[in-house]
Amino acid sequence: MPETILTVHHEVGLHARPASLLVQTAKKFDADIQVCYGGRRANAKSILNVLSLGAEQGAEIAICANGVQADEALEALKRLVESNFEVQE
Amino acid sequence: MRTLRGIGASRGVAIGPAFRFREVDLNFDRRTVENPEHEWERLEDALEEARRQLIALQGKAGRSAGDQEAALFGAHAEMLEDPELLNVVRESVSEDRLNAEAAFSDAIESYARALESLESEYMRARAADVRDVGQRVLRILLDHRQSPTEDLKHPSIILARDLTPSDTMLLDRSLVLGFCTAEGGATSHTAILARGLGLPAIVGAGRDVLTISDGETLVLDGTAGTVLVAPDDETIAEYEQRRERTAGALKSAREKAREPAVTRDGRQVEVVANIGNVKEARDAIEAGAEGVGLLRTEFLYLERDRLPSEEEQYEAYRAVTDVFGNLPVVLRTLDIGGDKQLPYLDLSHEMNPFLGVRAIRLCLARPSLFRPQLRAALRAGAGRNLKIMFPMVAEVSEIREARGMLEECRAELMEEGRTVADGVQVGIMVEVPAAALMARHLAAEVDFFSIGTNDLTQYTMAADRTNAGVASLVSGFQPAVLRLVRDTIAAAHDQGKWVGLCGELGGEPLAIPILLGLDLDEFSMAPSAIPLAKQIIRQLSLDETKRVAQEALGLDSAQAVRELIRDRVPAADAR
Repeated sequence: MPETILTVHHEVGLHARPASLLVQTAKKFDADIQVCYGGRRANAKSILNVLSLGAEQGAEIAICANGVQADEALEALKRLVESNFEVQE
Repeated sequence: MRTLRGIGASRGVAIGPAFRFREVDLNFDRRTVENPEHEWERLEDALEEARRQLIALQGKAGRSAGDQEAALFGAHAEMLEDPELLNVVRESVSEDRLNAEAAFSDAIESYARALESLESEYMRARAADVRDVGQRVLRILLDHRQSPTEDLKHPSIILARDLTPSDTMLLDRSLVLGFCTAEGGATSHTAILARGLGLPAIVGAGRDVLTISDGETLVLDGTAGTVLVAPDDETIAEYEQRRERTAGALKSAREKAREPAVTRDGRQVEVVANIGNVKEARDAIEAGAEGVGLLRTEFLYLERDRLPSEEEQYEAYRAVTDVFGNLPVVLRTLDIGGDKQLPYLDLSHEMNPFLGVRAIRLCLARPSLFRPQLRAALRAGAGRNLKIMFPMVAEVSEIREARGMLEECRAELMEEGRTVADGVQVGIMVEVPAAALMARHLAAEVDFFSIGTNDLTQYTMAADRTNAGVASLVSGFQPAVLRLVRDTIAAAHDQGKWVGLCGELGGEPLAIPILLGLDLDEFSMAPSAIPLAKQIIRQLSLDETKRVAQEALGLDSAQAVRELIRDRVPAADAR
């Protein structure tokens, strides 16, 4: 299963707008997408799950995807996180 | 006749029937169901209905309350569709055969607790959002289709424990005469809403408010902070007369609102507005404001989920200054902390937020927060009469540091080839007793002062202005506060600097003679207070107010000061 490891640089961490953008991006793809942080796993399409991870600024998160559009999804999420949540698809 | 007392949160008198805003009872039975498929369908219908309600609320909020409230309802709608939440609920319905009410509220509660356990201000707010969504769905499942305001058919005085933004969206504002809440302080949502609508309101009046029956006649005096329950005809007639007198005085004051405020002996003072957005800017011009004495910038930061960019701020400041042309606009830099929190900044939890890292303290500690605002202000001030003011300054070093940052931003912008304001006046709010006591030293560092009497009063009296229990101490008429005001003005004038005042006291009719007598240069107040304030100033003479002010400062209580003014300056008695 393709996986990528990313650092959240945004000052609010993976909360608020960054969390919401991540979920919106994930929802666009036909794939099961998981975000892992601190030994916990969250469905990337669930805002409640993503918020519950409590990933702060500087957190290293792992994203993995499975399904028809897994590669495209990972690519898009990587761009989003690496652009500090500025670049949206 | 019974009399209840609370905090007068918005001036004026309302007379009319009581209407209780009821919270719905959301108790439900926990049971196993025979037909899980049917139960799941019932839940799906409820979710669909909740989604419809939220979309309608989002549209309504966008039209009447602003984009931030609209975004809040949008976020609630998003939670309703959360796939993990729905999975958990679906499992409890189909496997455990739980009824929809129990299954849904269990799932909501477990998410709310998980978010709360992360222990940040932001997560607590999200937990409250999750629960709010849960209650909406429960209300539908339990068939409480009736909204808490469905029976509101006639203009009434609204009674409630406290009102949330969600609640006030439900009210048909043409049927609201005034508000009275059991809880909440002068800065609660109800208080702010009422002032914005120009309706009288009392907050923090205690649990007795909830014992008043629907339809009971009330006299609500938002100026005095009292509610009379079932008053006799004579009392009602007296208040009706007063209301008409006030309305009459206000009408003639409004006709002359655009004329300057000159005393009988020829002294002209500036009367300007406290505003927080473009809509209020237009109201201010309409009300006769000669500029802005306090532009609050928090509106750009509150009730949203991220910091505004420099560009967004620039556009917003430009939009406000556009309304005022060449008239002065004093922009106050971010005043956050205390009773105003920004969830997305994840500020640490403080035991005493009013005494903590707020306003200029926070901005100096976080240049990444402060600098975009300074840059936006400098850019927006180009070709305009924009002044910059720092809140909560307690010592000289803070001004030096803030001014240093401002100069760095200016240099940066010039290097980038941007147009920036030059010769911007820089001032501070005097709202910490230490600043008032050290005014002589501070005045040397700035171009002007603006006295913030709300905070100056709470810090001088050591009384939280949001706590109804100490409301009687929190009065700008306290001689201790007035003495600090006097010393601040004198210290600035000795060095040729001007002084404004932008607390609630500035628009308080009875305070006007005192402030005028203390030689205040600029009176800044809510737009709605401007016409009357100007009218009062026109009826006074500087000589007479100097004597009265002197006498007032020698008295021993706020009550005695008010009585003196009522007695000696009837023109300022706008009851």
